[in-house]
Order: sequence, then structure tokens, then C-alpha cells
Amino acid sequence: MTAPLNGLLLTGGRSRRMQRDKATLEYAGRPQLERAIGLLAPLVASCHLSVRADQRADPQRASHPLIVDLISDLGPLGGIHAALHAQPDTAWLVLACDLPFLDTATLQQLIAARAPQRLATAFRSRFDGKPEPLCAIWEPGSRAAVDAWIAAGNKCPRDFMAVHDVELLTLRQRQALDNINTAQEYQDANLALAGAAANDDAPGASRLVHIRYFAALRDQAGRSEETRSTTARTPQELYEEVRRAHGLGLRAEQLRVAVNDDFAEWDRALRPGDAVVFLPPVAGG
Amino acid sequence: MSRFRLSTAAIDPQALRVELQDPSCGGYAAFEGWVRDHNEGQRVTRLEYEAFETLAQREGERIAAEAEARFGVPKILCVHRVGALDIGELAVWVGASAPHRDEAFRACRYVIDEIKHRVPVWKKEHYVNGDSGWVNCERCAAPGEQSAHDHRQHQHR
Repeated sequence: MTAPLNGLLLTGGRSRRMQRDKATLEYAGRPQLERAIGLLAPLVASCHLSVRADQRADPQRASHPLIVDLISDLGPLGGIHAALHAQPDTAWLVLACDLPFLDTATLQQLIAARAPQRLATAFRSRFDGKPEPLCAIWEPGSRAAVDAWIAAGNKCPRDFMAVHDVELLTLRQRQALDNINTAQEYQDANLALAGAAANDDAPGASRLVHIRYFAALRDQAGRSEETRSTTARTPQELYEEVRRAHGLGLRAEQLRVAVNDDFAEWDRALRPGDAVVFLPPVAGG
Repeated sequence: MSRFRLSTAAIDPQALRVELQDPSCGGYAAFEGWVRDHNEGQRVTRLEYEAFETLAQREGERIAAEAEARFGVPKILCVHRVGALDIGELAVWVGASAPHRDEAFRACRYVIDEIKHRVPVWKKEHYVNGDSGWVNCERCAAPGEQSAHDHRQHQHR
């Protein structure tokens, strides 16, 4: 039998690199805590916040049902552990609170692919292919294994998932789980989201795309990838935009372009979430 | 296993050759591309290869399928190195086996030629003077050179 699904937003982090409470950081004018609850609530039976004991009275948190860590200093796994014990017959859709690009479609994909007979259902990281434990469904059946994992002195939920029976999915919205750890990343994310705030499908509106750079273009752009809010309607327009933005030396007619891992026409329509790669002249062999 | 592979480790032609053996085949041809110590008048000390892996695999596999259909060759394999390579190292290996030698030769030639033009793999050369450059990209990006030119004109091996 499939257990009911609750939402658990992890807000107990200490945000050491950011040095500010990630849950209350604002994106597009709203605290991330409220944005994440807004995504979660329509999809689950009820929404809870995972907190440390000393956060119980925090006004931004207190208006939501709270689940307090049973063991302190365990990081996110401590929050998951507390939830699995608070409601032993419930599955938890666990979310970190530093995922500003997360969207409803990604959560729907996760829920649709849920494998209740396994310990958890999670996405593979688009960077290294490893499980993403903090946008995942943790089944009641994972509780004993989590207890044993903690008892053995482990903390890392990613490592946990790597060695347990977990259903792994490939993200359709590739940038959905890009997380925010530094003030610079926070600033960049806000710029990207502000640009994308308009209706994604309207002509002239901006959309979020992910771009990778290889070889000479990576050297010229000074980066290997970026998530970009753009009004470009086609790869052709997008290339002109990034060429100006990064001072790229290669011209579009010297390149080919790939969208979503296959060659594409320069004048095809760009859609939100597209993964675009501009290919410098190849030189294999 | 895919007929086009990327490898960070040294290529072992003997092991690959065994994969191509087939009772129906009487001819086998292989091509090896090696790292050369010079290019366009410059002394080269070492190379780096980089690939857009997902698309490289996909396009490489398409090329193998084309060769199979075109020449009726039952067995084709290609392995391309990625990462840092020294002079003399094996950078790319193509092998084909077929009932008769002509198809094996032609399939092998077709695969290496298409790979050089189509598969997203890039080569950075390091020179004796300490400079380095991405092959096929540096001259095109040089200021003042505005004429569009065909990259097939300056392939190097």
C-alpha cells in the first residue's frame, strides 16, 4: 500500500557559507520558505517545516506545523530522521530551502515516478549523476535504514542514497535543482528569476535556459556553464546575446548548436528549460 | 556496448581487435591516429582532448550505423581518447571487419573521416614555446580575419 505523502521543507540549516538564513532569503520579492511551501502545498497532504530546537519560536516559521530535530547537528538527515519518526506511516517529500529554480513540473515529475516499494525516489544530479536527497520522496520503509545509518556515525543523505535501494530519475527541467550557497549565487539567481518572471511562453518574454561551453568557447566565456534568463527566441539570438555578454571571439557561422543533447537548427524555437550547447569547430582524430 | 566509445585510459588495440573477430569476416582493417610532435610549423609537446560526451556518443554511434548500412560491414568499433595525451600516444582507433577486405578498408576510412568532421571532440595543443591553442579555433577567432571559411579545409592529420 502506498503511504500518504506529506511535504517537509528543511529550514534548520545554519547557512555557514551564505551567513544568512536561506529560508528567509527573498527571490522575486518572496521569502524562499513561502515560495517552496507554495509549490509543495497543492501536491501533498500537509506541509511541515523541519527546524532546530532553537528555531521553534521564529516568527517566520511558527505559523507552520513544525517538526523539531530529535538529534542535533546531524544536518539535513536529522530533519528527515525526525519526520520519519514523527509520522511513521507517512512518506515525506523532502525539500531543501535553497532551490530557487524549483518548479511545479519538477515536483510533479517526482511524484508521478514515485516508487513506494523502494526506500526513496530522487533525481540524479545533472552535474555528477549522484542522487539529490533534498528534493526527494522518503518512504516510511526508509526509517530503519536511516536509523542504522545514523547509528553507524554517518550523516550524509547523499551517501545514504548511493548505497540504498532508491529510484533515480533524470530531471526534465535541468536547472530545477541548482542550489544557492553564496551571496554571489543568490544575486545571480535573483537576476535570472526577475528576468523570467514574465509569462515564459509569451512572445518577447524571457525564459530560463541552461548553456554549456566547451573548449575555446569555455576559455573565452570564462565559465563552463550558466543558467541564463533570456528573451532570445532562437539559439541564433541566444548566441548573439552571450557573444556580446562574454566577448566571445567565434562567430555563429563557425559553430554548430545542440539543444537538449542533439544537434539543432539555429532558428528553432527556444523553450524554457532548454539545455543549449554552442559547439566550436571540432577537431577529433 | 556502444560502437563509439570515449576513453580516459590508454587504448588497447589488441583487445579491441578481438571484439571484431567474426566467423563471417575474412578482412579486417584498422586505423590508428597518433599524437604528432608538430602542427602547422609549431612544435607540439602534448595534447588535451575534450568531448561533449552525450552528443559525441550519439553522433559516433550514428556514424558507425551509417558505415554498416553503406558498406554492409558487420563489425565496426571506434575509441577516442579524452584528457591529456603525450607525443606518440594513440588518440583514436577505428577498426572494421567484413567478409572482404574492400568493405573493411572503406568502412574504416569512412568512420575516421566522419568522426573528424562531426563528433564534438576538441583538441588543445601545447607548444614548445609555452603557448597553447584549440585546433581549428584560434585562427578563426583572430582579429581581422573576417572571411567565413570551411573548417574541412584545415584538418590536420
